[in-house]
Amino acid sequence: MPSTRELRRRIRSVGNTAKITRAMQMIAASKMRRAQEAVVEGRPYSEHINSVLSHLAALERGSDDTSVPLLEARDVKTTGIVLVAPDRGLAGGLVSNLTRVVERAIGELDSPVTVVAVGRKGRDFTLRTGNDLKAVFQDMGDNPSIEDTRAISNIIIEEFESAGVDQVLLAYSRFVNTAIQTPVIDTLIPVTPAELSGDEAVGFIYEPSPIEVLGQLLPRYIEMEIYHAILEAIASEHSARMVAMKNATDAANDLIDDLTLQLNKARQEAITSEMLDIVGGVEALG
Amino acid sequence: MARFTLTIVTAESQVFSEEADSLVAPGIEGQLGILPNHAPLMTQLQPGEMTVRVGNDEVVMAVAGGFMEVLNNRVTILADTAELDTEIDLERAEAALERARQRVESRPADIDFARASQAFRRAQIRVTVARRRGRRRSPVMPSDSTPGATA
Repeated sequence: MPSTRELRRRIRSVGNTAKITRAMQMIAASKMRRAQEAVVEGRPYSEHINSVLSHLAALERGSDDTSVPLLEARDVKTTGIVLVAPDRGLAGGLVSNLTRVVERAIGELDSPVTVVAVGRKGRDFTLRTGNDLKAVFQDMGDNPSIEDTRAISNIIIEEFESAGVDQVLLAYSRFVNTAIQTPVIDTLIPVTPAELSGDEAVGFIYEPSPIEVLGQLLPRYIEMEIYHAILEAIASEHSARMVAMKNATDAANDLIDDLTLQLNKARQEAITSEMLDIVGGVEALG
Repeated sequence: MARFTLTIVTAESQVFSEEADSLVAPGIEGQLGILPNHAPLMTQLQPGEMTVRVGNDEVVMAVAGGFMEVLNNRVTILADTAELDTEIDLERAEAALERARQRVESRPADIDFARASQAFRRAQIRVTVARRRGRRRSPVMPSDSTPGATA
């Protein structure tokens, strides 16, 4: 049985831990709300660019004299992966769930892999598994603008166009709801626009020309996809952290209850034995 | 009178979504005006000034390039950035312009130079748009305008 002093010390220490985890939980909750809003606000752009892209791609398929590199499926000799993971841990199983899926995907590929890591945890994973690390982006903050993500898409588009990689995958944690974040891996390049239903294909006037518009639009599309993935990843990170910290706070409070019970028992025992001592002493005198 | 639906979105948010009577946008091959029942059009936009007319109100915006799609009286603008003139802080815009000017004048290497001059152009437009705001006659703030209110 630990002494009452030892028990008091542990209760205080666990209480301090609970205070920290509780604060982290509340910070994560407010950041999560903002991140979710950002995801929702970016959605109209992503819907519109998808529909515009479908129109253009339908046209590009119609004419076979020109080809746009970013739409072109090549034999895959090297695969690029844009891995979007958090900078920090303490987010429950979020990072390990993501890296498990990525590791499996890498195992299934026949080609060597080049990783562009967004977030420190993505970098750590790449180095630990011994994969080629092309670039690292970290400290994006909780509220990145699309400008911040432009450098990422530039690197990856350049790699693809210079045939450094023949396809590009995008891996991140999709935010489903507060309790569920699913790791997903999408093909980013070559871009596969959604098919149009027949009557939607109308004769547009294009300025300057369809191919040029498409050539300008595709990098924007890739930027937007990466930006969107980062927003999803941020929302996932904060909700995972919120849940993890809530569990930690609850566990700490349970522990405090147990320790308090032990403390009270120890205190009563001490009192009882002191009284027995006194009574014994009085009897011996009498 | 016929109107068209104008939606202006950036990657970060939806800036504008209303019925409009006309639109003047900075197309890649020159300013172009859109009226209701325009033919289907898909164009790139260059950095410039965009004017939307809703009834008697005018909304002026600075856009930093993007794309515009016109289809079945729906106009969709995918802008890189889009700011209402009322949202631009003139002093800060002027300071940004000055910084951009210095960067262009310091003559950096090729790629940086292209980027710097683009940034300079965007800053110029923001300042122009913000300056003009002070001189416009419309007593109604564009952000208060609702479609149909003046029809």
